[in-house]
Amino acid sequence: MSFLKINNLSVDYQMRKETVYAAKNVNIEVNKGEILGLVGESGSGKSTVGNAIINLIDEPGKVSGGSVVLGDLNIHENSESIVKYRGNKIGLIFQDPQTSLNPILTIGEQLIETIQTHLKLSKEEAKNKSVNLLKEVGIKDAEKRFDNYPHQFSGGMRQRVVISLALCCEPELLIADEPTTALDVSIQSQILELIKKLTKERNLAVILITHDMGVIAETTDRVAVMKSGDLVEVGITKDILTNPQKNYTKSLVSSVPPTNKKISRFVIIDNENKDNKLNNIKILNRWQKREIKIQDLVQVKNLSKSFDDNFFSESSKNSVMAVNDVSFEIKEGETFGLVGESGSGKSTIAKIIVNLFKPSSGDIFFDEVCITKIKQKSELMKFRKQIQMIFQDPYSSLNSRLKVKDIITEPIKLHNPNISNSDLNSYIFDLLESVELNQKSADRYPHEFSGGQRQRISIARALATQPRLLVCDEPTSALDVSIQAQILNLLKDLQEQLNLTILFISHDLPVVRQMCDRIGVLKDGKLCEVTNTEVLFVKPHHEYTKELLRLMPKIESIYE
Amino acid sequence: MVGEETSDEERAELRETLGLMDPIHIQFTRFVINASQGEFGISYQLRRPVSELIVERLPATIELVVISALIALVSGTLLGVYTGINRKGFLSDIILAVSLLGVSLPTFVIGILFIYLFAVILGILPSFGRGEVVDLGFWTTGFLTISGLKAIILPSVTLSLFQMTYIIRLVRAEMMEILQTDYIKFARARGIDEKSIKYKHALKNGLIPVITIAGINIGTLIAFSIITETVFQWPGMGFLFIQAVQFVDIPIMSAYLVFIAFVFVMINFIVDILYYFIDPRIRVKGDSASG
Repeated sequence: MSFLKINNLSVDYQMRKETVYAAKNVNIEVNKGEILGLVGESGSGKSTVGNAIINLIDEPGKVSGGSVVLGDLNIHENSESIVKYRGNKIGLIFQDPQTSLNPILTIGEQLIETIQTHLKLSKEEAKNKSVNLLKEVGIKDAEKRFDNYPHQFSGGMRQRVVISLALCCEPELLIADEPTTALDVSIQSQILELIKKLTKERNLAVILITHDMGVIAETTDRVAVMKSGDLVEVGITKDILTNPQKNYTKSLVSSVPPTNKKISRFVIIDNENKDNKLNNIKILNRWQKREIKIQDLVQVKNLSKSFDDNFFSESSKNSVMAVNDVSFEIKEGETFGLVGESGSGKSTIAKIIVNLFKPSSGDIFFDEVCITKIKQKSELMKFRKQIQMIFQDPYSSLNSRLKVKDIITEPIKLHNPNISNSDLNSYIFDLLESVELNQKSADRYPHEFSGGQRQRISIARALATQPRLLVCDEPTSALDVSIQAQILNLLKDLQEQLNLTILFISHDLPVVRQMCDRIGVLKDGKLCEVTNTEVLFVKPHHEYTKELLRLMPKIESIYE
Repeated sequence: MVGEETSDEERAELRETLGLMDPIHIQFTRFVINASQGEFGISYQLRRPVSELIVERLPATIELVVISALIALVSGTLLGVYTGINRKGFLSDIILAVSLLGVSLPTFVIGILFIYLFAVILGILPSFGRGEVVDLGFWTTGFLTISGLKAIILPSVTLSLFQMTYIIRLVRAEMMEILQTDYIKFARARGIDEKSIKYKHALKNGLIPVITIAGINIGTLIAFSIITETVFQWPGMGFLFIQAVQFVDIPIMSAYLVFIAFVFVMINFIVDILYYFIDPRIRVKGDSASG
């Protein structure tokens, strides 16, 4: 007899013309003391199911059918009665701890209000209970911090506060919706450990909603896979991950970059992409392919950048060094990875290399010319042409008012103003086909494309000037795992065919392992170590690297 | 200051005594030095010290602006919250439609309509003036007499209407945005009472930007009061200013403009200070971000 039973739960959105199902006839059971993972890509309906359990669906969506039985209570009997179970029987944790807490109330006020809503306790008793709870979730100096405002906590600490809020009225079911997605890997592992510990100690039933297969493998007992509102498969986590039955689950699992070995390409089990090999790189015939010389294409020497040198306090004591004395080389034709947690300075380095920021000190040599010392704009243009960048967010990095054609034309015309119209058009078509978009795309606007397609447009735009160095700043972090696999395959193919040199920046260690030849590990603006990828993953030298590797969620941990 | 029959010598002498013959930079320096001591010279038209005139007219304008600001803030916030929460209600639609009128109709048209309706047709409120005032020595007030209270209704409502509709729309937009945020959703998920969510969690956050706007608007109210005071013959500074413009009475105009600028700066300063008390994110910047 399961503790939570979701029977035939459906959620639909009444649109003007049609009804869209966000979830359809979902059946899930969860036992006490068990963590059930709910996994799927964006739009799969996994968050919808989580919210539907407590009937917290935004308008115009509504729960259109099914029942939710908690113990022997049917909590969906009517929409009013569900309100009294919120927080009381069921706790919910959201993705982003930065936005989950009311910024102008102290955490104590928020805790006391929640406790007094459900339990008949005096203010003093509620406070004692809150302080004990804060201690339990690992907040030091709980008595003092009780009166602090949310912004006085770091991201990981805030998520602990959020967990204490979700648990303060002793619910029996906890729904965690992507609880660690916004956090760094070291904090992520702490939060997941905390959830596991609380599950055991309090005998909770937990639903963990996530897109991260590594988290699923390390944390959950059973897993449910969702796709476009349908439940695909439910089972013991180990069975699902090692021996998936359904095609979708197979492709999802195979898209996940393995952490323990390097594979040449991602296997894509998708109907659209049968041949799974890109041999249609049309721009090759106009690409001035350079022979790869054995040399360092980029040399970064003693690079530093602080963001505090403003007019009044040039070298004040509390200036933050975003990049602190970093030196490394990128060999021509290789993929060099920079990894680190948020705030480690990896994006800052990328922006200095493409000359969007000026370094505070230090130099960058490109093809043996010091590009940080160039004053003349026309000189700089020669290098801008050879270095192009792909940004993280495919939604904000394309001008939404320009057609794809115009987006790609811009860099071409900038560096080659005399190009004829017919030549320009065929070049644009070649570029689009090289990134697996069809020619019709040229006349459409960015909003008509999905995230993955937009990132392809970004790549086409970057290739338009025939660069030698491609700087990719977290190019797949905003994408689903199956799309990520396609984009990474594309980048690999392009590099191989066009002799590109790539600087690949990511926080995602498994991805970096698949993509890079050599890797630099950054921490707080300092470079910890630079070494070959295989050496780094098999025999890490620096303590911080070891720590990162240990904490990285591994899908392979399921075999242990 | 001079009549038709004034002789050329007398004119030259007057120019000399008023300092109009000095070079511009000397005139300006003299103006700045005097102004910083509250000395704005003598009105050309009324032949009395300007500072005296301003002090005399100040209470009328201040009373009008304070009442208008209160009407605008209180009713604007209340109606804004109501329309923000009951987004699809019939009453909300009406409030919003009327507020559109308030934004688009110019102040003097509204003033004249009010006079026509309440003074001419219904005859229940006076159409001009301050009514009887009580002189407290340093301040003359209309609040202590019935006719004074009656007289302030029309002008203050007229003056507040534009700001009120502005605040309604601002508060409504803020409430709607905040009710969509994650922390409101999280509060709902914890089972917090809807009343507390709306009036404690959402409203407090929603009022932060309103304070900025309201501060700037009080300054605007003083500026707008020129028109309202003219329409209602309200014996305040705006009315004085309009008369001064007609007679090219430069000392009064410059004194008035300096005063308005001073009020704007002071209000913005006060608003900045208020932020410190309202928004904890600003208050504890010094010792924050630990752990």
